[in-house]
Amino acid sequence: MLFAEITYALTGVGLFSLGLRGTLLRRSLLGRIIAINVCGAGVFMLFVAIAYRGPGQAPDALPHALVLTGIVVAVSATALALALGRRLRESKHE
Amino acid sequence: MSLETWLPALIVLSSLLPGLVIFMLREDDHRLRTSLNLLGAFVKLLLVGMMIWGVFHERVFETRWTLAPGLDLVLHADELSVLFVTLSTLLWLVTTVYAIGYLENAPHRSRFFGFFSLCVTATVGLALAGNLFTFVIFYEMLTLATYPLVAHKGTPEAVRGARIYLAYTLAGGMLLLVGAVWLRTLAGPLDFAQGGILGDIGGLDPTALSWIFLLLIVGLGVKAALVPLHGWLPQAMVAPAPVSALLHAVAVVKAGAFGIVRVVYDVYGVEFADSLNLLAPLGAAAAITIIYGSVRALSQDHLKKRLAYSTVSQVSYIALGTAIVGPIATIGGMVHLVHQGLMKITLFFAAGNYAETLGIHKVSEMNGVGRRMPGTTLAFTIGALGMIGIPPVAGFVSKWYLGLGAVEAGAAAWVMPVLIASSLLNAAYFLPILYRAWFREAASDWPAPSGHSGRLETHAFLLWPPVITAALALAAGLFAAAPYSPLEWAEIIAAREYRE
Amino acid sequence: MNSLPVWPIMLPLGAALLAVLWPRRGAWIGVAAGLATLAVVGLLLAQVASHGTQVHTLGGWEPGLGIALRADSLAVALLLMSSLVALAAGWYATGYFSDAGRQSQFWPIWLLMLAALHAMLLSADLFNLYVTLELLGLSAVALAALGGGRAAIEAALRYLIVGLLGSLAFLAGVAVMYARYGTLDMLALAAVIEPEPASWLALALMTTGLLVKSALFPLHFWLPPAHANAPAPVSAALSALVVKAAVYLMIRLWLDLFAPALDPASAWILGALGAVAVLWGSWNALRAQRLKLLAAYSTVAQLGYLFIFFPLLVALPAGPTRDTAFGALVLMALTHAFAKSALFLAAGMIQQHAGHDRIEELGGTARALPVTTFTLALAGVALVGLPPSGAFLAKWQLLSSAFATGQWFWVPVVAAGSLMAAGYVFRVLGFAFGPGDGVMQKLADGREEIPALLLAIIATAVLGLGAAAVWDFVAPGALLTEAQR
Repeated sequence: MLFAEITYALTGVGLFSLGLRGTLLRRSLLGRIIAINVCGAGVFMLFVAIAYRGPGQAPDALPHALVLTGIVVAVSATALALALGRRLRESKHE
Repeated sequence: MSLETWLPALIVLSSLLPGLVIFMLREDDHRLRTSLNLLGAFVKLLLVGMMIWGVFHERVFETRWTLAPGLDLVLHADELSVLFVTLSTLLWLVTTVYAIGYLENAPHRSRFFGFFSLCVTATVGLALAGNLFTFVIFYEMLTLATYPLVAHKGTPEAVRGARIYLAYTLAGGMLLLVGAVWLRTLAGPLDFAQGGILGDIGGLDPTALSWIFLLLIVGLGVKAALVPLHGWLPQAMVAPAPVSALLHAVAVVKAGAFGIVRVVYDVYGVEFADSLNLLAPLGAAAAITIIYGSVRALSQDHLKKRLAYSTVSQVSYIALGTAIVGPIATIGGMVHLVHQGLMKITLFFAAGNYAETLGIHKVSEMNGVGRRMPGTTLAFTIGALGMIGIPPVAGFVSKWYLGLGAVEAGAAAWVMPVLIASSLLNAAYFLPILYRAWFREAASDWPAPSGHSGRLETHAFLLWPPVITAALALAAGLFAAAPYSPLEWAEIIAAREYRE
Repeated sequence: MNSLPVWPIMLPLGAALLAVLWPRRGAWIGVAAGLATLAVVGLLLAQVASHGTQVHTLGGWEPGLGIALRADSLAVALLLMSSLVALAAGWYATGYFSDAGRQSQFWPIWLLMLAALHAMLLSADLFNLYVTLELLGLSAVALAALGGGRAAIEAALRYLIVGLLGSLAFLAGVAVMYARYGTLDMLALAAVIEPEPASWLALALMTTGLLVKSALFPLHFWLPPAHANAPAPVSAALSALVVKAAVYLMIRLWLDLFAPALDPASAWILGALGAVAVLWGSWNALRAQRLKLLAAYSTVAQLGYLFIFFPLLVALPAGPTRDTAFGALVLMALTHAFAKSALFLAAGMIQQHAGHDRIEELGGTARALPVTTFTLALAGVALVGLPPSGAFLAKWQLLSSAFATGQWFWVPVVAAGSLMAAGYVFRVLGFAFGPGDGVMQKLADGREEIPALLLAIIATAVLGLGAAAVWDFVAPGALLTEAQR
């Protein structure tokens, strides 16, 4: 495995851990949502790292496709979380 | 598609189907309800008659249905199941008549008779069960069907009593289940076989078998009211009289005792169980229960509670007969299954009559009741005399055989004192009642006379059942030597259970 | 190429779109889609029963890049369960929502959830499993929030956050698998999988994610509030179907895909957590004051039983005993799904009638709704595991496997759990008895009471008496990889 690959992979793991910590420890909903997105970014990094096939070669397309799908899912989930959070805030003002 | 395959299932269905229909009937539809009840009872009686005839002629009746790989639901007619099925069916018919009279104008009758029918279905199912798996299924269904009957009145005491009943019986059922699963896993699918099967299978760990025996007997002992598992029985007296009659004479208590008989004779085999030293503790528990029940009965003023403790004591005669190794003791135990049923149901019917007609619940209120309700009290007297063991009522026959069997097996040293003490105690708590009823003057007005002003002392449906069962108890004793008597039936069973 | 496996997914998905376009017709579309899906699943069942596992590759592209749908008997059994429960709960829902706004929100999400669940059951590669798992989770969260109140939204948010973490853990596991083996198709993986750290890491990550989603102790804390505060048909689907999906994935991974790579001792952890779940969940159900909360804790406990099967199945050698135990696991999952959904629907009926679901005060309501009380009783019998329900037979086989493998310590746990279940079930039923006149009117609201009753009858009678059919169908060739070995 090349230096770049390892860097990406470790970054991914690091982001995942940071995001996990943030989700569990943060108090505000918005903070948690952002933390989860960081978590997701970490996993996507892992996939990107896996896609590397060597210098000069085209990367493996499958993990890229998976990452794109994952981003879409993450965006939908974030949207849902934000909508629910807003509903919650509105109900607090009732 | 032959009769041999369908008859056992039909016998079970003959009370299940009417029961399910009765649930859906409207409350005021009593004509249809009564007809369905009686129709089911008579059909069942007819089918059982066919089965008796068939078994006597060496026909084999078996219904088998695979529920899971290696687990078959088996309904099989051997002599022992026929004995219990006949008792249950006869007594169900009588109790149905009694219940119709007792619950006249009471609320929730559709619910009551629906669960009543389910209760009999479960009893008949476990009577006909051909292996431990099937027995466990119907045993648990019996618990479910009887719980609503105990709670029927809906008062806080009834609900509480029902809850205690449920706690005991479900816990017992759990132990029985664990024991049955363990045995099945250890020894393979065991259909009941006369003489027992475990003795023939080699290589089984005796310690495991002993533990299994303990689990099975404790699980069954809860329903059979072996001390110290009997606590639910006096609590369940909150149920209406027909329920107490059925529970104590036929269904629940007998189911436990019947189960013990099955486990000792048709699963382990009495000689094999003896070789594992399992029967001595059983005998000890039975003996303790016999004495304890009678002693507690002495101090009860509430009539039904006194009868409840008497049941605790009397049912253990069956367990005692099982624990003594010898055909004569076996006969004594098995025939007492029938005799105790007849006598006890008579006593409970009578107690119900006293409560319904005159508002009497306590022994101390029973002065002079013989003059007011002679038919009922005569029936009560016959039942009580049988319990004490006075000939010619049937109870004497069972005690005689138990004593003789103890002598034959060399166990007379501890069994005879128990039998004698028990008879004396029975006399001590039954004779005073008889004295009060016949020879004392009524103190004042009855606590709550129902205003029944017909020619008979009480409602016909309430009077005839105890009279009939008392007559049967008397006949079973008088004609014990006749063909087709319970005694002869028990002799046939006992002969098959012992290998030469 | 057989195109039948596509329909259980496309029918609900298409119907969801229609429900968005025509919100006022939502109920009709929903029930019609439910019926059509059930019919299609029935056909698929017949096909799998006679011809074995059915495969369909979408668009004709081979697995690797393309998506394949595989219907083996385990998947089809669960599809049938899902269609039946969804149909009954959907039928119930047509009468449940009085507010037209709620109605129009409910149906599209409900159908989407169903589509996602069916897609998961039919998926044959790991990434597809991830996507459908996420879809299922998101739609479940949205449904749970439909309850409207603050408590419901908070519970839904907690469910969402926790669920997302779980899915990400799962995805990380998928990444590890791809990194090591270069493929995500389950059949291809089954051929090359090795017992080595990469496999174990992947399995651990995926399991952690799934344990969150299946609410196994100690990751169960999100379930009781979410299920208790959701509308009744939603609670039914959540407890019966959504949580089951995660258990299904656990079965697929532990007993199917990763089976040759497993270390038997690791399964004991699952069993131990399951045992704790049984005891803890039952204890809390006993103490619950509200009926729906009781039902939710009961779900935690019942799922614990399913996890106790894992160490037993891993320890048993391949053969008839193992097949029987596996069939028992499926039977128990099926019975629980029907019984729990029936319980939630009945509880919803009671709550609508009485205005609350506090158990202590339910007496009069229970007496006024005899059919619903009967449904409660039947469902309760199946939850405790008393005969004649399917759960009784499953419990017998569970205990039998415990004795057969020498892992007898599960026996007291199962026994205690059953007795506690009896405690909380009969605590509720005890209130049905009370003094007072008999009830004249038997059926209060057919649309709401009958589906629940039918579900309860399936749990207690059909699955009990017809259990042999489940065993015949599921045991041989149930698993993808066994067909190959």
